[in-house]
Amino acid sequence: MLGELKNKHNAVEMHNIVKEFYDVRANDDVDFFVKNGSIHGLLGENGAGKTTLMNILFGIYHPEEGEIFINGEKQDISSPTKAISLGIGMVHQHFMLARPFSIVENVMLGRKSRKGILLDTKETAADLVALAEKYKMKIDPYAKVWQLSVGEQQRVEILTALYQGAEVLILDEPTAVLTPQEVEGLFETLREMKNDGKAIILITHKLEEILSIVDEVTVLRDGSMIGHVEVNENTTKSELTKMMVGRDVLFNFNKACIKTGKEKLVIKDLKVLNDKNFLALDGFSLDIHSGEILGLAGVDGNGQKELCEAITGIRPIEAGEVKLDTINIENKPPIVAINKGISHIPEDRHITGLALGWSLKKNLILKTFKDNTKFGLVDEKKIEKRWKSAQVDYDIKANSGEDSAKDLSGGNQQKVILARELGSHPVILIANQPTRGLDIGATEYVRQKIIDAKGDGAGVLLVSADLEEILQLSDRIAVIYDGKIMGILPCGSNVKNIGELMMGKKLEVEENEK
Amino acid sequence: MLSNIFTVSFFVSLLASTIRLATPILLPALGQTFTQRAGILNLSVEATMTIGAVAGFAATFFSGSLWLGILSGMVFGMLYGLFMAILSVTLRANQVIAGITLNILGAGLAVFFYRVIFGIQSLPPQVEPFKMLKIPFLSDIPFIGVIFFQHNIIVYLAFIMVIVTWFILEKTTFGLKIKAVGENPKAADSKGISVNKYRYIAILIGGIYAGAAGAFMSIGYLNIFTESIIGGRGFIAVSVVIFARFLPIRAMWGALLFGVASALQLRLQALGIDVANQLMLMLPYALTIIALVLASKKAEFPSAYTIPYSRKER
Ligand SMILES: Nc1ncnc2c1ncn2[C@@H]1O[C@H](COP(=O)(O)OP(=O)(O)O)[C@@H](O)[C@H]1O
Ligand SMILES: [Mg+2]
Repeated sequence: MLGELKNKHNAVEMHNIVKEFYDVRANDDVDFFVKNGSIHGLLGENGAGKTTLMNILFGIYHPEEGEIFINGEKQDISSPTKAISLGIGMVHQHFMLARPFSIVENVMLGRKSRKGILLDTKETAADLVALAEKYKMKIDPYAKVWQLSVGEQQRVEILTALYQGAEVLILDEPTAVLTPQEVEGLFETLREMKNDGKAIILITHKLEEILSIVDEVTVLRDGSMIGHVEVNENTTKSELTKMMVGRDVLFNFNKACIKTGKEKLVIKDLKVLNDKNFLALDGFSLDIHSGEILGLAGVDGNGQKELCEAITGIRPIEAGEVKLDTINIENKPPIVAINKGISHIPEDRHITGLALGWSLKKNLILKTFKDNTKFGLVDEKKIEKRWKSAQVDYDIKANSGEDSAKDLSGGNQQKVILARELGSHPVILIANQPTRGLDIGATEYVRQKIIDAKGDGAGVLLVSADLEEILQLSDRIAVIYDGKIMGILPCGSNVKNIGELMMGKKLEVEENEK
Repeated sequence: MLSNIFTVSFFVSLLASTIRLATPILLPALGQTFTQRAGILNLSVEATMTIGAVAGFAATFFSGSLWLGILSGMVFGMLYGLFMAILSVTLRANQVIAGITLNILGAGLAVFFYRVIFGIQSLPPQVEPFKMLKIPFLSDIPFIGVIFFQHNIIVYLAFIMVIVTWFILEKTTFGLKIKAVGENPKAADSKGISVNKYRYIAILIGGIYAGAAGAFMSIGYLNIFTESIIGGRGFIAVSVVIFARFLPIRAMWGALLFGVASALQLRLQALGIDVANQLMLMLPYALTIIALVLASKKAEFPSAYTIPYSRKER
């Protein structure tokens, strides 16, 4: 009876939603309907307004205009608490977990305790294990969150939402951080939930995912709803791309798996500690050759960040060697790496990549202050000239070099970093997640620049959690797991094999070097 | 000479006064454990204690009731905490600046009201302070009795609060929420916990504990009020919390460390040891600071420590 009633209506209906941030219209008159017992894709480029729309549904933001109906009833979702009480759960793009807490503590945060003011830890832990089993997941409720892999943390988030009684589950780019195998596991769980009659909203910008699991898809572009499509075997990628981007996109970089030049950077038996003083790299060895892109695949947090920092002199090295040509550069201050021509595009634009409050000009010459002085004083004219040419060469959209870095979009910020790091014609380029969070246009641009740098003779270490990126750009693919290299594969290798290595499994049949 | 000093009775009385002197550090430190766990660094504890000392003293002086004095200290401590809450939570001001400002303001307010109420007198007004409460039987145990069971009631209560505070933080939903808003306010918010509400509560609790400790100083430890009655204990308490890595039981050890150093200083001075008075007075503070520096290196701060929260910001 209840199920019948429920199914008469859409699980979610959002009508004419408008949401503005200062001068940005993040959602412009958006309609969004989701049926019960279905998986609904929400597709759009970075910045299209997907997260904003879902944050509105989850009560984090309040829309300027528009109405929301849950199972046919109009609702004013004023807070996450309200959303939860209406049976809406959300797994955010950046996980909402308190890291020093255990799993069960995180789950208890969102619930009324059965013991009044006392915590019902034991009962909740038992429930969690049972619930996890039902949806084919495995967890230890007493493990601390900081000890968990990203995939495990995501499972905790999903369980939390389910445990709070979610009938509508929103997942914001859940697969961005998972290995291919983990993605399959997640989809298994989602299908299970769909069969239970739940409505699932899957935010993504990956088309394969839409085609493989989603029943219907809504496409957003620049804050507007572009269209709504039922996914069946006739749905094509190019049709969806066109809706999403507004033009045809071809990620085609004519990569020829070139035979690479001679060894340039040699890393041997590296041991490096992370911020928690655990070994992040434990016997890590790798060579990077001139004129190649070496893709380093791996799930985030397996030592990639520490590796990049160790090579560039930002992080101390406990043991092992880093050699450029034949010169040892381990544990030298960063200026040594800079002077020897090692450039670094750091993982985090906002913290390590840029001084956000500084002008673009100053950010551009951060590493080369010395070359831009006259009699020991800053040479403004010279800097202005460099900025002018960088702005043209790298197509940076900004009013002037005096703008502060924080006022630019992510793509343009990344271009400023590229201008600084590539302008000096590096011999080695360490690119850590260079396209993370960028829209398709900027992503294309950054990838092209990296390929150009390689053409220039630089040896590139491309670190990325995005397998597609690795596959498209790399001449060789190394896989890191738990601070060690699991294997090095030739370009054109099987995704499945890379995925296995990313999870720390040894390959049964070694792929032959081609 | 030394053997004359370090007798058994010396140690017994030293340890007894250690416990007494630890009390006005312990109480505010426990309160600040809540506050700091919620992500708020409140540097105005010193002034809050001074206000508690005046409020407690005045209430007891006019009513004759010591309990009314403690209550008054708690109420005014909480009210003064409200300022910090408004500044740091609602107005999202920089916590260090808000704390320092309120500290200066509060010290002035406390003395101002003391003057308004009592005027200027040649002899400071006095109250009859809390009496020693000997715990039956236990206080008769040799040595142990004197050290642990011959104090006034506030001292006992302060040490009981260690367990209570630990229990609240570790075993109740309230404690979990307090920790959550300091650790990941965004996560707490998305789970339906009002970050501002719990931060307010955490600051007010800190104010109540500090106010009680202030009142203890004027009507439990001494029997008068003076301008410098708190003497830096508020600041020590703030740092004890960090030294204790935000754990109540470790906070007790921190307070006892300060207590033993203060007690030693008093004893040695009373014995007329020939060291400059000023140096002796420094002892507890210097020792505490050294211990703090050594221990707090390892402190893992709540992730949102001193960071104001707004839902709008990404
Ligand atoms: N809290 C915020 N403050 C200011 N601008 C925001 C905020 N959240 C989102 N925006 C802007 O709104 C637009 C849509 O963002 P978002 O919903 O995060 O996109 P998506 O999730 O599709 O990548 C972007 O231009 C973004 O910069
Ligand atoms: Mg998003």
